[in-house]
Amino acid sequence: MLSRIAESLYWIGRYLERAEDTSRLLDVHLTLLLEDPVLDEETTSLVLLRVMGIDDEASPDHQTVLRMLGWDETSPTSMVAAFQGARESARRSRETVSLEMWEAINTTWNMMRGNRLQHLPAHRACQLLRERCAVVVGLADSTMSHDEGWHYMMLGRSLERVDMTSRIIESAAYNADSPSAWTQTLRACGAHHAFIRTYRGAATDAQAAEFLLLDRLFPRSLLASLEQAQEALVALETLPRRGRRPDPGLPSQTGLGAVQGRAGEAHRMLGRARAELEYGSLEEMMQTLPERMSQLQRTCSQVNDAVSTHNFDGAGQAVWRAGVR
Amino acid sequence: MPGPFTDYPTRAEVFDETVGPEGSVRQTYEQVAEQFAALGEDDVRARADYVSTSYHDQGVTFDYEGEERPFPLDIVPRIIDAATWAHVEAGVAQRVRALEAFLADVYGAMQIVTDRVLPRHVVTTSSHYHRVAFGIQPGNGVRVHVSGIDLIRDGEGTFRVLEDNVRIPSGVSYVLTNRAAMTSTLPEMVGTHRIRPVASYPSRLLRALRAAAPSGVQDPEVVVLTPGPYNSAYFEHTLLARLMGCRLVEGRDLVVQGGRVMMRDTQGLQPVHVIYRRVDDDFLDPVAFRNDSVLGCPGLLNASRAGNVTIANAVGNGVADDKLMYSYVPELIRYYLGEEPLLPNVDTWRLEEPAHREEVMDRLDELVLKPVDGSGGKGIVIGPQADRAELDALRARVSADPRGWIAQPVVQLSTVATTTPDGMRPRHVDLRPFAINDGEKVWVLPGGLTRVALGEGELIVNSSRGGGSKDTWVLSGDGRRTRVEPRQRQRQLQVSAAPQVALARSEAEPAEQEQQQQQARQGEQGAPAGLRPPEQGGMPC
Repeated sequence: MLSRIAESLYWIGRYLERAEDTSRLLDVHLTLLLEDPVLDEETTSLVLLRVMGIDDEASPDHQTVLRMLGWDETSPTSMVAAFQGARESARRSRETVSLEMWEAINTTWNMMRGNRLQHLPAHRACQLLRERCAVVVGLADSTMSHDEGWHYMMLGRSLERVDMTSRIIESAAYNADSPSAWTQTLRACGAHHAFIRTYRGAATDAQAAEFLLLDRLFPRSLLASLEQAQEALVALETLPRRGRRPDPGLPSQTGLGAVQGRAGEAHRMLGRARAELEYGSLEEMMQTLPERMSQLQRTCSQVNDAVSTHNFDGAGQAVWRAGVR
Repeated sequence: MPGPFTDYPTRAEVFDETVGPEGSVRQTYEQVAEQFAALGEDDVRARADYVSTSYHDQGVTFDYEGEERPFPLDIVPRIIDAATWAHVEAGVAQRVRALEAFLADVYGAMQIVTDRVLPRHVVTTSSHYHRVAFGIQPGNGVRVHVSGIDLIRDGEGTFRVLEDNVRIPSGVSYVLTNRAAMTSTLPEMVGTHRIRPVASYPSRLLRALRAAAPSGVQDPEVVVLTPGPYNSAYFEHTLLARLMGCRLVEGRDLVVQGGRVMMRDTQGLQPVHVIYRRVDDDFLDPVAFRNDSVLGCPGLLNASRAGNVTIANAVGNGVADDKLMYSYVPELIRYYLGEEPLLPNVDTWRLEEPAHREEVMDRLDELVLKPVDGSGGKGIVIGPQADRAELDALRARVSADPRGWIAQPVVQLSTVATTTPDGMRPRHVDLRPFAINDGEKVWVLPGGLTRVALGEGELIVNSSRGGGSKDTWVLSGDGRRTRVEPRQRQRQLQVSAAPQVALARSEAEPAEQEQQQQQARQGEQGAPAGLRPPEQGGMPC
C-alpha cells in the first residue's frame, strides 16, 4: 500500500470518529443546558470550548458553541469540518476506498456542505451526522478488504476515540458539581444504556467514571479503545506480506528491522498509557482526572507523530529543488 | 398524435441526426422516439433529475478552476447504426496506425523528411517535439497506447476529423459512467436496444499497458500517475485506477534509483514497470522539462530511456497532434500505410504559407482560427462571433507567429435531440471515440464520448464552456433486441432449502393449540375490563 494512501485511510478513520464524537458531545451539551436550570450557560460553554482546544472566545453562549463545534465548516473544530476532512482524505484515496463507502461519504457531504446543518434543529443535525458516520463505517466494514489499509483506518479510528473520549471525560470532571454531569457524559459516549444494564441502575458517579475509563466490554471506554489501537498496530506489524516476489535487481530496500523498531515506539506509548489506566489506583486517578486526561491526549498526539514519521514518511523521500541543475 | 418531436425545428444547412430534413424521425431513433413519447414529459423530467442527483452523489465531476463541478448528462442517447460505426471504427484505427508510424519515424530516422513528403521545419518547430525523447524505443513499439480522435459530422452528415489527441486524451470515464447511469435511469430503452457494451475498456487498457511492459518483466506493476485531486480529470484517474485495480500514484510517491522507478509504500520501495501517466510532458520530469514541476518525478525519462519503465503515452507524442501537423495527416496515411484516408479532415489553411495567410487575413470574420498547440478549446477565435477589436488583436498575433495558427471554415456541427426546458430541441454535438493500441491491434471503443453544447446554437462543446454529454449507443445488427433461444441446461436446477428463521420457543407447540389460545384472547378483549376473569398464572409452556 502506498504510504500516501495509508495516511489518507488513517485520517479517514480519525476524522470520521472525530465528527461522530463531536456531534455526541455537542448534543449532550445542549441537552444539559436545557435540563439543568441552575447551570451557568457561559461557564459550561467555556469549559466545553476549552476542552476542545478553543480559548479565544470571550463569552460564549450555546449559539457560539453550536457554530464552532457544529455546522460551521470554516471552524476547524466543528463536526462538519471534521467530516469534510474525512471526505477530502477519501477523495485523495478514491481508488482505494470502496465505491459504496465513497458514495456514502459524498452523499453525506452534499447534505451538510455550505453550512446547511444550521437550518436543522440542533438535535436533528447531530443525530443526522452520527447516523451517517455509522453508515459510512458500516459500509467500510462490510465492503472493504480487511487488509493493511483497513487496519490503518482502524488505528486512526481507535486513536481518535481515545483522544475524544478523554476530552469528554475531562469536560465532565470540570462540571462535576452538576448532578447530572456524569449521566450526560455517559450519554455523550453512547454509554448510558450499557452502563445502566451493567450496574442495574443503582450507580454512583465513581462507577460511571470507572465504566468510561475501564470497562473492557464497552467499545467506547478508554481501555477498550486503547486495546483496539494496539490490536491495529500489532496487525500492521505482523501483516503477511502479500504476494510480491523479491526482485534481485533492485537496489537495497529499507530493512524491515527498522520498521518494527519504530512501530514499537507507538506501541510502547499506547501500552504505557493503558497500563497506567488498568493497573493504577482508581481513587488517585479520580483526584487528578483532568490532568490525567490531558496527559492521555498528549500521548495520542505522540503516537500519531510516531506512526506518521515511521509508516507514512517512509523510505527514500527525495526532494527536488527547482532551478538547481 | 403530437409527440416529443412534433415542433422539432431543423435547419437545412445543419445535419440533424435525430430528425430527417422532411421532419420525420430517422430510423435509428424511431424506437427511442416512441418510448419517449410513451413516457410523457413529466416522467422524462423526473428521470433527468434522477440522473443529475445520482451523478452528484457519486461525485461524477470535473474540476474547473479548483471547484468540483457536475458534468451534465442529457438523457436522450446519441445513436449510431452499425454500418456508420464500422466506417468510423476503421477510419479511427487507420489514423492511429499512421500516427504511430509517424511518431516512430520522427523520433528515429526521419525518413518522411528525407523523402520530401513533410518539410523538416514542420516537425522541428512544433512546441511538442521533444529532442530528449529521440531514440527512446518503446518495448512493443507502441507510443500511442490511448488516443481520442475528435470527430464531427458536417452538413451532409459525413464524419470528419476535427483534431487528434494522442497525448493524454480524457473523457473516457464519462463514457463508462454515462452508460451505467442510462441503464439505471431508462432500463426499458436500454433493454430493448442491442447496444455494444463499453464496460470492457478498463480491461482492454490494462491488457495494452501490460503488453507494453519492459521486456523480461513477468508480472508488471502498472500504475496510473495523476497530478492530484485538483486536476480537472481527477475523477477519471481514480475511476480508471479503480477499475484496472492499479495504484493511483502522484509524482511524490515515485522515486528513481539507479535508473529504476520505485514507489514508496508502507513497506519500503516497490518497483514500477508501466506508468499510465496523466501528467503533461512539461511536468513529467523536472530534469528534462520544466524544472519547477512538483507533479512529476525527477529521472523518469532516463529510466524510460534505459528501458526499465514504460511511459504511456510516450513522451513527445504532442508533435503528432499539433494542429499544423493535422493538416498533413492525410498525406501521412498515404505515405506510411499506402491507403486512402477513410475519414476526411476539415479544410485547413496553413497560415505559415504566405498564399494561405493572405487569403485568410481577408476573411478573418468568417473563419475559425485555432492555435496549433491548444487543447480544450483554449485560444480558439470564431470569426463570425468575434467583434472588430478581437479580430484586430488576432490579426496582429497571427502575423507575429504564423506557425502558431491554422484557420478552418466554420463547420456546422451536426445536432441531436436534447432535453431542454422547452422540450426536445436540436443541440450541436461532437464525438470522441477512444482507441487503444496494444501493439497487435488498434481497438476502438464502440461509442466514445459525445459532448453536447447545451446552449441554443452554441458550437463549442467543451465542458469548461458549459457543455454536457450524451451516452453514445453503437447499435449492433438492426439494433433491436429479440428474445434469444435459451441454451440447453447442462445440469438439473437444484432447489435449495429456504433460509432459516428464528423460532421462538413457545412456537414450538402445535400450531392449532396456539391458534386457539390467540383466538380465545381476542374474545376476552371484547369484554368490559371489570368483568374480565382473573388470569390463571402463567401460560403452560
